Amino acid sequence: MRRFFLALLLLTVLAPLPAHAVRPDEMLADPVLEARARDIGQELRCLVCRNQSIDDSDADLAHDIRVLVRQRLVAGDTDAQVIAYIRSRYGDFVLLKPPFQPDTWLLWGGPGLVLLAGLWAAGRYLRRQTRTAATPPLSADEERRLAQLLDDKAEP
Amino acid sequence: MRRWLYLLPVAVFVLMAAGFYVGLNRDPDVLPSPLIDEPAPQFDLPPLPGKDKGLSTADLKGGVSLVNFFASWCVPCREEHKALSAFAALKRVPVYGVDYKDKPNAVAEWLGELGDPYTQIGADDGQVGIEWGVYGVPETFLVDATGRIRYKHVGPLTQAVIDKQILPLIARLGR
Repeated sequence: MRRFFLALLLLTVLAPLPAHAVRPDEMLADPVLEARARDIGQELRCLVCRNQSIDDSDADLAHDIRVLVRQRLVAGDTDAQVIAYIRSRYGDFVLLKPPFQPDTWLLWGGPGLVLLAGLWAAGRYLRRQTRTAATPPLSADEERRLAQLLDDKAEP
Repeated sequence: MRRWLYLLPVAVFVLMAAGFYVGLNRDPDVLPSPLIDEPAPQFDLPPLPGKDKGLSTADLKGGVSLVNFFASWCVPCREEHKALSAFAALKRVPVYGVDYKDKPNAVAEWLGELGDPYTQIGADDGQVGIEWGVYGVPETFLVDATGRIRYKHVGPLTQAVIDKQILPLIARLGR
């Protein structure tokens, strides 16, 4: 009995089902089209809840857009056409992954710029370190003075 | 070290403060619409029960008009109703309504209670809302005489929005 419950527990832990909001009555009979609809749904933002994809959201609007995506797919649209259709109505914000275009160059390039700035700063720092290490040797005068000081210390 | 380096933190602070000042004063609920200056989407909506005219793209041509997406279940729509009715009473432009995802008897009751400012109303099950990029009622569009969307307001209309944005724009677009 205990072993049975352990097995049950293990099963529930190892097989967590993704918490999709896609309802059975929305799904398409054709598994290929349905899989494409899921791929598209993961990329579209639910505009009501903002930080969820339409596939993850229970909002009414998300449901409507899921149905619309499936209608377009059945009508023969490519994935890109479906996404372009939604984007032409809701704007770039509907895409969970921002597109690479002039107004997002800073967004996409930002981490690279920070890395370059860091490398530049590190390079400068290291170069200065080596420069300090290569101090000129002591002059004859300084050598004599140093010897004198050391002798002073040794004597008492 | 070089003096100007001491000014760097100050410069960074000023830049960030400016960024936050602009960013925090923007309403995060308002999303830019790609439909501004584009032709209004094609649609043809049936009338509410008991009325003879619905609403279609053809109605929007030939003059500036206001298109208001609303619903009887929508609380902010109730809030904007007074300002919208006052605007409709000016009779500057027709006020068209799109009743969004609503029950026919519920909306009839709602309009009966609050008054009906709309010239024509179309009943939408949600499809036309998506065509117009609506993500939450109420949303209001100003359409010019050629049928192009010129302005969009998300959220309840207020007297200030009507006076400062909509009326001047109507004056600019001509009737």
